[in-house]
Amino acid sequence: MLGRNKHQKPPMTARIERPLSPHIQTYRWTLTMALSIVHRATGIALYVGTLLLAWWLIAAASGPTAYAHVQAFTGSIIGRLIVFGYTWALMHHMLSGIRHFVWDLGYGFKANEREALTWGALIGGIVLTVLIWIIAYAIGGGR
Amino acid sequence: MSYSESHGSPKPPSMRTPLGRVRNLGAAHSGTSDFWRQRITGVAMTLLMIPVLVIVMMLLGRNQAGAAQILGSLPIAVILLLFIFASAWHMKIGMQVVIEDYVHNEKLKLTAIMLNNFFSIAVALASTYAILKLSSGV
Repeated sequence: MLGRNKHQKPPMTARIERPLSPHIQTYRWTLTMALSIVHRATGIALYVGTLLLAWWLIAAASGPTAYAHVQAFTGSIIGRLIVFGYTWALMHHMLSGIRHFVWDLGYGFKANEREALTWGALIGGIVLTVLIWIIAYAIGGGR
Repeated sequence: MSYSESHGSPKPPSMRTPLGRVRNLGAAHSGTSDFWRQRITGVAMTLLMIPVLVIVMMLLGRNQAGAAQILGSLPIAVILLLFIFASAWHMKIGMQVVIEDYVHNEKLKLTAIMLNNFFSIAVALASTYAILKLSSGV
């Protein structure tokens, strides 16, 4: 073995097959793991969603026709679903981010604390989204 | 950010120890500045969230003339500009972290990071331009 390896020694740049550390599928699925992925997913969704925000502002600056196009889109079923999803992504990502600030400050690392923070972000995000849409409809945004 | 550290031609001899060279730099080779800016912009957007939501609510159901009048007022324009600036920076850093985590091909990774910069800056500048145009009333 030793003699053979000596002759077949790979060049320094070659990748050597080594055992890998266990990946996520090895571990028991936990709430904090799932919400970590949701935090990223909502972040990516918000990234793409800024196009909508930019379109809206540019249309407002462009004139009545351009703005009417945006309103026609956001007033449609698909448009409303997208803006609703965007609202949830924003609220969830914000609360989930506040949870990260708590951890950054060194608090909330006990098992029950991190679970509570994560449930708080999950439920709070949904509650805030529904609340915002109720207010929006109440003041006439549903027209 | 510096990529010259990660690969390339042989480095000139250095007095610094390998540990001294990498200390405080982390996987991105650029230290904790992005981590810190991610927090600053995150806190900024959290603080701005209620004013921004109020502004959006004020605009609901209005036509372009009404929306333009509101968006053009000074405090509202400033709040939105701050929010856009913080968002663009925050999302640029966030997407870069995602790219660095999942894109392992070096050339593809650098291309993706570059496109990420272009996208974030384009969205920020386009939105900023729109608000400035509304503010100047042209």
